[in-house]
Amino acid sequence: MKNWSRAVRTPLGLTGFGLLALTLFTAVFAPLLWGHQATSFDTDNMLAGASAQHWFGTDNLGRDIFFRVLVATRLSIALAVSATAISVAVGIVLGSAPMLLGRWLGRPIIGLVNTVVAFPGLLLVLFFAVVFGVGAQGAVLAVGFAGAPVFARLCHTLMAGVAGRDFVAAARVSGVGSGRILIRHVLPNIAEPLMVNATIGAGGVLLSFAGLSFLGLGVQSPAYDWGRMMQDGLTGIYVHPLAALAPGAAVIIAGLAFNLSGEAVARSLGVQIDVPWRAAVTPRRRRAPAAGARTGPDTDTDLVLDVRDLRVAFPHGDAEISPVRGVTFQVHRGEAVGIVGESGSGKSLTALAVADLLEFPARVDAERLTFLGADLRDGTGHRHLLGTSLAVVFQDPMTSFNPAHRVGAQLAEAARAHQRATRAQAWQRAVDRLRAVRIPDPRRRARQYPFEFSGGMRQRAMIGMGLMGTPKLIVADEPTTALDVTVQRQVLDMLQEVRAADGVAVILISHDVSVIAEVCDRVLVMYAGRVVEDLPAGELADGARHPYTRALVAAVPDMRSDIDAPLATIPGQPVDPAHVPAGCAYAARCPLADDRCRAQDPPLRTAADRSRVACWHAGEPLPILSDLAALEVDA
Amino acid sequence: MSATPAAAAEPGRATAWWQNRWVRFAARRLLRLLVSLWVLVTAAFFMVHLVPGDPVRAALGPLAAADVVAARRHALGLDDRLLVQYWHFLRDLCTGQLGDSIGTQLPVGQIIGQRLPATAELALLAFAVAMAIAIPLGAAIAALTRHGRARRTELAFAGSSVVLGAVPDFVLGVLLVFVFAVQLHWLPVAGRDAPSSYVLPVLALAIGPAAILSRIVRVEMLAVLDTDYLRTARAKRLSGLRIHLVHALPNAVTATLTLSGLLLGSLVAGTVLVENVFAWPGLGSSIVGSITNKDFPLVQGTVLVYGIGVLLINTVVDVALAVLDPRSTIGVD
Repeated sequence: MKNWSRAVRTPLGLTGFGLLALTLFTAVFAPLLWGHQATSFDTDNMLAGASAQHWFGTDNLGRDIFFRVLVATRLSIALAVSATAISVAVGIVLGSAPMLLGRWLGRPIIGLVNTVVAFPGLLLVLFFAVVFGVGAQGAVLAVGFAGAPVFARLCHTLMAGVAGRDFVAAARVSGVGSGRILIRHVLPNIAEPLMVNATIGAGGVLLSFAGLSFLGLGVQSPAYDWGRMMQDGLTGIYVHPLAALAPGAAVIIAGLAFNLSGEAVARSLGVQIDVPWRAAVTPRRRRAPAAGARTGPDTDTDLVLDVRDLRVAFPHGDAEISPVRGVTFQVHRGEAVGIVGESGSGKSLTALAVADLLEFPARVDAERLTFLGADLRDGTGHRHLLGTSLAVVFQDPMTSFNPAHRVGAQLAEAARAHQRATRAQAWQRAVDRLRAVRIPDPRRRARQYPFEFSGGMRQRAMIGMGLMGTPKLIVADEPTTALDVTVQRQVLDMLQEVRAADGVAVILISHDVSVIAEVCDRVLVMYAGRVVEDLPAGELADGARHPYTRALVAAVPDMRSDIDAPLATIPGQPVDPAHVPAGCAYAARCPLADDRCRAQDPPLRTAADRSRVACWHAGEPLPILSDLAALEVDA
Repeated sequence: MSATPAAAAEPGRATAWWQNRWVRFAARRLLRLLVSLWVLVTAAFFMVHLVPGDPVRAALGPLAAADVVAARRHALGLDDRLLVQYWHFLRDLCTGQLGDSIGTQLPVGQIIGQRLPATAELALLAFAVAMAIAIPLGAAIAALTRHGRARRTELAFAGSSVVLGAVPDFVLGVLLVFVFAVQLHWLPVAGRDAPSSYVLPVLALAIGPAAILSRIVRVEMLAVLDTDYLRTARAKRLSGLRIHLVHALPNAVTATLTLSGLLLGSLVAGTVLVENVFAWPGLGSSIVGSITNKDFPLVQGTVLVYGIGVLLINTVVDVALAVLDPRSTIGVD
């Protein structure tokens, strides 16, 4: 019931329950208060229009339409609620058949229910109207039985969900009968969703009923509900439109009351909050370059990518958070640069920003962001350049292909879009590229859909997609994380091969230090949205100077690791981008941290060998592991 | 959906025709159609027998002479054992005989043949209009209002679609008649002759489903726009139009199609009410009369026609779904 009271407090719930209360109030009190006005004949004012005396005019016997609409609320609601009750009751009986009668009897019943559900409700209503006959009673039964299959299916689904739970299994093991399990254990657990659906259903039933009465198959004179009134009013719509429109409006309002109330509760049962993190929308124009930015011509002809002071920000409530806070690096022709860091370190956002794939509400700022000399900050002008020269390989090959198109077509369209290839040429190249990434039988495979490919093949096909143009840079965002180890190897080899053959630069994002060490020339270590160390990959093992890099390297198990000892981990939690501490972001987890680290953020300083590190204690010896454990105990 | 069908995993091996995805899909779908058809036909047969009391007496009224009732019972074959009657019913159905209407004495097949085109026309036009409104509208709203942009557009859309979706078609029909026929005199009140007479009935039927469908299209589109494969499409730097129309829309519409099938089914049923609002000379305006007059052969025939129509629609939708999203051809029933 908590959900119901919470639902009332939402705007939707407030409207819904407000209307519902008004409707029910009218249903209860209108016949008592205005029953007389609704049936008394005003023979001087037959079929009169709206007046001060009769707000909505009168019908052909001079009865006041406004009051008749109000008084009809009771019958309309009562009939709808009774029919809904029948639907739910019959639905529960049918839906619990597999549980009570066993599979052999239950399954055909559910099969029948599923077949009947495919027919629209109104057809079923008409069918049962034939069986039960014309009139209010027949109509209640007809509408009630017609609604039963929907509830039967719902009950069956809900019950199947509950039946697998532990307490039901426990009750079954301890010998409790099916009937008792149903009443004591299952029904209470499905009551809430059932009530929500019944509330929404009652709105639909109300409309069905109005429809049936409108057709003349429901309520008969002298009784009247809204549908009946509409039917009576329609014939005189030229003379007196309100007679048909007023009950129509009542039907809509009452229907909405049930719908919105149910809807509001349904929403509060399963709240979804939209987090714009892994966001992807159309690109937004970036800010003008900051004053004093160096935008001189490139003298370095081998430079593929030049990034200076890259920042990525997201709106967070009223403020903004910056998961990437000033990243600077360059990538040269044929070079493989790895970016490592824990989840949330900003490495993937950096990659997406570089590939110009971050969208609203993400905001990308940089002092400089050039790819092959083109300034990527100035919006969408570089579509063809990026489309042919920059390839992206994503983390999960299972979800990165469009399930609705053939693999070959997904490769070919890149050539069609950027290289003006004909359909046949593009297809030929797609087959050729699939062959290049060693997809067996590429001609046949190109005609297949992604779901017919294995994970490793898809990831190779994804690389093949990047090779449709003449890439100068491949951005690979955790390309092997979703794959098993032997397949990882194939994909990494493939990247190496492409790089060696065409001098393509690679940015490889990974949280796996060993992958980076193996594939890359240079490594950027990121922590809390910053580069904390930049060093040659060969020096990772014993030349790392930042305590974080050394902790990452130490956390990689190898053949010499003591398999009985617990795996080495980095103590503490990564930094929450919404609460970046003053000073060095790593200080809270660092065994070398002192007061200076906690107060002042160390700048990224370039050493003589062009490696970079941001640490006040770079290269200082670390306390050995046992001391580290002691340190943790102290804290 | 990580399943890799055995046939696809082993390149080069010939697969038997019965292992073909499409063949299996067609067989399964056909079986389901046949089962549904049998349920429908059986239900139509038993409908008359479920009526409390004697259907012939009910049809002819309490004043009819006993021998007239007996003769009619005999003529309708109601004296035979139930299974024999069922057998005859199935046999007649297979030869296209639906019996004669009690009211007009005309063959039921002939009455239906005269009225079916008007109803089919109305339902299909309304469905086409509903889809033509819902898909572009829902997709456009999704693309425009992602991640909280254009809040006001989103609110206006959400509000109006909830209200329009909740208005029953016959109430909407009455409202449309009032505004466009009574007040503005732009369009005829009722009947089916000039093209202008189609506008109001079609709109009355289409607007509700269009409102509901466009909400679904929007939600589906939003989900699709956030998928990894859309990011891949963007990484290929395709044009925005191609990303939305070729990559996003088919995937958004597949999920929508299943529901639109249900909607088209209920739209067929909705014609009953709308035809009565607009005096449209279709099946809907005749079935009401035949229910009140207990003209059981005609009711039976009409129910069968509606039911078969709905079944065919569901089948077509499933096939369309299979073509758009080949993954839906795998799986268990």
